[in-house]
Amino acid sequence: MTEITKQTLSDLVENIKKKKVSSTEVTKAFIERSKKSKKLNTYITENFNAALDKAKKFDEKPNLDLKLPGIPIAVKDLFCTKNVRTTAGSKILNNFIPTYESTVTKNIWNEGGILLGKLNCDEFAMGSSNETSFFGNVQNPISQNLVPGGSSGGSASALAAQLTPVTIGTDTGGSIRQPASFTGTVGLKPTYGSCSRYGIVAFASSLDQAGPMSQNVKDCALLYEVISSYDKKDSTSIDFKRNNYSQKLTKDIKGKKIGVPKEYRVDNMPKEIDELWQKGIKCIKNCGAEIIEISLPHTSYALPTYYIVAPAEASSNLARYDGVKYGFRAEGKNLIEMYEKTRSEGFGEEVQRRIMIGTYVLSSGYYDAYYLKAQKVRKLIKNDFDEAYKKVDAILTPSTPSSAFKIGEKNNDPVSMYLNDIFTVPVNLAGLPGISIPAGHDSQGYPLGLQIIGKSFDEQNIINIAYSMEEKIEFKNNIKDWWIG
Amino acid sequence: MTIDLKTIKHIAKLSRISVNDTKAEKLADDLNAIFKFIEKLNELKTEKIKPLTSVAETPLKLRTDEVKSENIREDIIKNSPEDNQDYFVVPKVIE
Amino acid sequence: MSKINSEYFIKRANKLYEVVIGLEVHAQVISESKLFSTSSTKFGAEPNTQVSLVDAAFPGMLPVINEFCIKQAIKTGIGLKAQINKFSVFDRKNYFYADLPQGYQISQFKDPIVGEGKVILDMPNGQKEIGIERLHLEQDAGKSIHDLDPRNTFVDLNRSGVALMEIVSKPDLRSPDEVNVYIKKLRSIMRYLGTCDGNMQEGSLRADVNVSVRLKGTQEYGTRCEIKNVNSIKFMQMAIEFEANRQVNLIEEGKNIDQETRLFDTKKNETRSMRSKEDAHDYRYFPDPDLLPLEVSDEYISKIKTEIPELPDEKKKRFIDKFKLTPYEATIMVSDIETSKFFEETIKSSDIKLATNWIIGELFSVLNEKNLDITQSPVSAKNLSKLINLIKDGTISGKIGKTIFELMMDGDKDPQKIVEEKSLKQESDPKALEKIVQQVIDKNKDKAKEYKAGKEKLFGFFVGQVMKESRGKANPQLVNQILKKKL
Ligand SMILES: [Mg+2]
Ligand SMILES: [Zn+2]
Repeated sequence: MTEITKQTLSDLVENIKKKKVSSTEVTKAFIERSKKSKKLNTYITENFNAALDKAKKFDEKPNLDLKLPGIPIAVKDLFCTKNVRTTAGSKILNNFIPTYESTVTKNIWNEGGILLGKLNCDEFAMGSSNETSFFGNVQNPISQNLVPGGSSGGSASALAAQLTPVTIGTDTGGSIRQPASFTGTVGLKPTYGSCSRYGIVAFASSLDQAGPMSQNVKDCALLYEVISSYDKKDSTSIDFKRNNYSQKLTKDIKGKKIGVPKEYRVDNMPKEIDELWQKGIKCIKNCGAEIIEISLPHTSYALPTYYIVAPAEASSNLARYDGVKYGFRAEGKNLIEMYEKTRSEGFGEEVQRRIMIGTYVLSSGYYDAYYLKAQKVRKLIKNDFDEAYKKVDAILTPSTPSSAFKIGEKNNDPVSMYLNDIFTVPVNLAGLPGISIPAGHDSQGYPLGLQIIGKSFDEQNIINIAYSMEEKIEFKNNIKDWWIG
Repeated sequence: MTIDLKTIKHIAKLSRISVNDTKAEKLADDLNAIFKFIEKLNELKTEKIKPLTSVAETPLKLRTDEVKSENIREDIIKNSPEDNQDYFVVPKVIE
Repeated sequence: MSKINSEYFIKRANKLYEVVIGLEVHAQVISESKLFSTSSTKFGAEPNTQVSLVDAAFPGMLPVINEFCIKQAIKTGIGLKAQINKFSVFDRKNYFYADLPQGYQISQFKDPIVGEGKVILDMPNGQKEIGIERLHLEQDAGKSIHDLDPRNTFVDLNRSGVALMEIVSKPDLRSPDEVNVYIKKLRSIMRYLGTCDGNMQEGSLRADVNVSVRLKGTQEYGTRCEIKNVNSIKFMQMAIEFEANRQVNLIEEGKNIDQETRLFDTKKNETRSMRSKEDAHDYRYFPDPDLLPLEVSDEYISKIKTEIPELPDEKKKRFIDKFKLTPYEATIMVSDIETSKFFEETIKSSDIKLATNWIIGELFSVLNEKNLDITQSPVSAKNLSKLINLIKDGTISGKIGKTIFELMMDGDKDPQKIVEEKSLKQESDPKALEKIVQQVIDKNKDKAKEYKAGKEKLFGFFVGQVMKESRGKANPQLVNQILKKKL
C-alpha cells in the first residue's frame, strides 16, 4: 500500500472500507505530517487530539456505509465549527469559539469526516495570496517563499503538501480556483446556491460559495456531492436535483461543444499561459469534444464590477464586528471611540481598504454612479454567458493570468493583486460553476491551471470534462518536501 | 475624479474605523488607484439595463410562524468581551 | 395659540402659523416568532433569553423570513385601503448602534410591500382623510439601558429582530388633536385586523413625528424636524406643541430651522437635537444580498382579502343604517373592536336605543372610573341585556335599573335574581297604587287643598311621597295618572 498521506481520498475511502487501514492510522499519518510541516503555516487551529479521539471512536464502531468513513479533513478557517475556534484569518475573531456548525462542515461530519484543524486564509477571504491573514502568510509547498494564492491559501497549501486528503475552501472571486491553480490541485466553485452559506463567515453574500479542493477530479466529485445540499436556513440556497456526482463520473465527452472566449486573450498575457490554453484546447479535441470560438464581450468590465459589488456587500457584512457581542474589543471612553478603535486595530489593512471602498460606493451621491452601475454591468456579464450557452455546453479558459508569485511581490499594489482574479471573477458575478484543474507548469516549474466554466447546476458536465482532460494531461505535482527536516 | 482626505475621513467615520492623517493619505492613494481602474465602467451605457442583485433565480424562501429557538442566553453571551447581569455591556452611549 | 373653528394655529402678533405633521408609526406585528428568526416575540422576558444566533448577528447567520409577518403587513395594507405591491425588496439600512447587532437593520426602502392608502378621521367638525404614503416591514432593534451603571450602557437583544410595520403618513395632519384621533384610528384598524395589539406601554406602537410650520395660506412646506420614537399619544401632542412653537420662534427671530433629528425629553417637556447621530446619517441602503425579492401573487392577496373582518368605517355605516345609531354613537361603538362586539352582543336580545344609552352612559362611566377595558367589564353583555329587558317591559323603573346595575357589578350578577332577592319589582298594579296614593293624600290634606287652589308645583311633592312610600318601586307613569285623577 502507498504511504497513507500520498493516497487520494478515493483510495483512502476504499482502503478504510476494505479494512486495510483504520481511521486512526489515517488520522495519525496526517497529524504526523502536519506536525512536521509547521513551516508552511497552514494551520491556524489544530484539532489533532480531538480528531484522534474521533478516529478511535469511529474504529470502535465503524459505519462503512458513509461516504467519508473516518476520513480526517482540515477546513478553511472561514467555516464556523462548533466548539472549535473560528477566526476568518482575523484578529477581530482571534478568540471566537462558535457554538454552532456550518451546514457544509456538518454535511462532512455526517458522512463520517473528522475535523483535523482550521486552515489559514486571507483575512475574511479578502486576498489572492494569503498574505492578508492575521496569522501570517502561508508557504506554497511548490517552492520556498512562494504564495499559495488566496484566499483559500492555507487549504490549497495543506492539500498540495498532503497534510489533509481533501479540503474545502470558499470562492467569492476566485478564492478556490486561483490557489488550486497555484498549487497544482483541483478546485471547484459550485453554482451559487448549491452549497449552503449558513455558518460561513460572510464576505460578499451574493458571490460567496463554498467548494471542494482535492488532488484529483474524482475526489472533487465525491466531496462535492457530500457538501452540496438544499438548506432552509439559507434563503439563497437552491432546491435543484443534486447528483451522486462521483458515481455519474464519465470520461466520455464526445460531441460536447466547448467555447473558447476570445476576450480572455488579455493584453500582456504571458506566453506560457497562452500555450497552456492551446494545450487545453488540443486536449479537449483529443477527447472528442468540439471547440467553438465564442465572445463574452463584457469580460474586461468584470473586475471593476467585482471591486464595487464585493466591497459594498463586505462593508455591510463586516459591520457586525463591533466589539459588542463577540471577538476583539479595544477600550474606548465612549461607544463610538470603542467602535473605531476596535475596528481599526481588529481589521487588517486590506480589509479596512475594502470596507472603505464599499462604504464609499454605497454612500449618498455615489450609489447610482457606482453600486447601481455595477449591478447593471453584472447583468450584462450574466447575459454574455447566457448568450454563449445557447451555442456551447461549457467554456474553457486559463484559471489565472500567471503562476504563483513570490511572497511580498505584489504587496504594495492592490490593483495588480486584484488582477489575479481576472479569469475567475466573471464566473462568480454570473453565479456559474467553475472548476480549475492543474494542466502544466511554467518555466520555473510552478503549476498552472485551466478553468472549465459550466451552466448553472451543470456541475456534472464540467466535472466530466475535467475528468476526461485530467487523464490526457497527466499532470504531476513536483513537490520535494523542502520544508520538512 | 479624486478622493480627497476629507472624503476619506468621512467614509472612515461612516465605517467606524479610526484613521490618522498618515493612514488617511495612504488610503486616499490606494482608493484613487482602485477607482481609476473602476472608472472603466463609464465606457458602458446602462440606462436601460435592469440591475442584477442576485443570481439565485428562486422565489424567496418563506418560513412558518413558529418559535423554535429556545433560551440560549449562555451561548449568546459566552463570547462577549464584557457582560453584566446577563446584559451585553458597552461604554456609555453619549447622546 | 388659538383655536378657530376647532382648527389649530400658532398665533404671533397678527400672524397665524399652520402646523404640518407627518407620522412614521412603528407598529409591532402580532406574530409568535421574529421577522427573520425563530425566537419568541413575547414581551417582558428576562434579558437576552429570547435571542437566537441570528438575532445577535453571529458570523455566518442568515435571515429567513416569517411568512405570517408578510400576511400581517398585507392585511394591514388592505385595512388602510392601500395598494399592495406584488413585488417588494428587503434592503439593509446601515448604521452602528449598541442595540443593532448586525450593524444594519433589514428594512424596505425603494420597494415597500404596501403603497399608498388612506385613513378617515372622525373629527368634531366632520371627516378628514389622511393619506398613507407607504407601509413597509422591518426589524426592531434591541434595547439600550443607560441607567443601570454610571459608565456603561447595558444591552438586551430580546426585541432585536421583532417584526415592525412602519406606516408612513403623508404630511396631512394639522394639529395635536388630529394626531390623537389618527393614532387611535390606526390602532383600532390594526386591532380589528389582529395585526398589532397597539399596546403603547409595551412599545408595540410608537412614532417618529415630523413637524414643520408655515404661515397660514402658504403652499410650500417649511423645514421639518423629526422627533424620534415617541411612545404615547400625550407625549406626541406635547412634543408637537413644543416643537411647533420652537420653530415659530426661530422664524420670528429671523433664524433658520435646521432639518434634524430631535428627541422629546418627557421630564423637561421639550425637544432637543440628537447631535451624536448627525454625522452618521448616511444609511447606505442597498438590497440585502442574503434575501431575494418578495413576490406575491394575486391569488395570495385575494385569499387574504377573504380573511379581512368588517372594519370600523364599514361597521359604523352599518350601525347607522341598520341600528339607527347617530354618527356620534356609532363612532364610539366602533372605536374599538371589543366595544363593538360588546354592543352587538348586548343588542342581540335587547332594545338598541336603551342598550346604546346604557353602554355609552352607565357602563363607560364605570369603566372610566375603574380604569378598565371593556373586556374587563364587571357586567357582561348578556346580563346587561337582561337588565335592559327588565326596564323595557316595565318590570323595573329606569331608576331602580341603576340601583340594580350597581349591584350587578359584584361578580356579574343576574339582574333578574337581584330583582327577586331584593323584591325590587316595579309596582304596576293600579289598585295597589291607588291605595298608596290615597294614603298619601290623606296624610297631606293641607297640601292637597293648596294644589287644588292652583299651586301646581306641589304635584311633584305628591309623586315623591308616593315613590317614597313604595320604596321606589311604583311605576312612575301610573302614579302620575292616578294622582292627577285623585287630586
Ligand atoms: Mg423615521
Ligand atoms: Zn422604521
